[in-house]
Amino acid sequence: MISKQEIIEQLKTIVKPYVQNQESFDALTEETDFINDLKINSANLVDVILDIEEKYNIIIDNESMEKMINVKSAMEIVAIKLAEK
Amino acid sequence: MTNQEIIAKLPYSKSFLFVDEILHINENGVAGTYYFDENLDFYKGHFKDNPITPGVILTEAMAQIGLVCLGIFLLDDSFNKAISIALTSSEIEFLKPVFPNERVTVISEKIYFRFGKLKCKVIMKNEKGEEVCTGIIAGMII
Repeated sequence: MISKQEIIEQLKTIVKPYVQNQESFDALTEETDFINDLKINSANLVDVILDIEEKYNIIIDNESMEKMINVKSAMEIVAIKLAEK
Repeated sequence: MTNQEIIAKLPYSKSFLFVDEILHINENGVAGTYYFDENLDFYKGHFKDNPITPGVILTEAMAQIGLVCLGIFLLDDSFNKAISIALTSSEIEFLKPVFPNERVTVISEKIYFRFGKLKCKVIMKNEKGEEVCTGIIAGMII
């Protein structure tokens, strides 16, 4: 079982190439919003989701994708999908 | 949907329509052609007394055939006038110049179509079959 902190670090690595706001990225917490804080555009957010799928070997459906607006919700979805495996 | 119907649904008209014919199209990709007529307006200025097709126009032709035609095909019945396909990124290598009166063929392979984003590997070839541009183009259905 991977820890919360580990997942946060892994997500940070995944979002890094798409981030437009470095300050927000450096201060990233569970509450950090991908679009509003990190300034990732909706097209790049799709790539973030696909990179998350690849990293954890999970499939994210449309409904889950729409919920993944911040670090916390992304962690929750990843945890749910990993538990379903 | 026939190839002609797809072209009729494109949101461009003459002066900025860079699709003549769709050669084949399926859920994995598309191939189509465009003929760069020497009378196209941009040749007057790009460059002075030395007409060469601008890279942005080559990119546009690659996007119209490789991304927008394929997007319309993939959306099928759900495509309508309220929907547009917005270019979100392009990374193109320009390998050879394209001169007036050349016919190019654009070949696009779908990388993925997920969550409304279509991303394709696109190649443009000249009449000799040489690759003139190659790259990755993506757009969002909005």
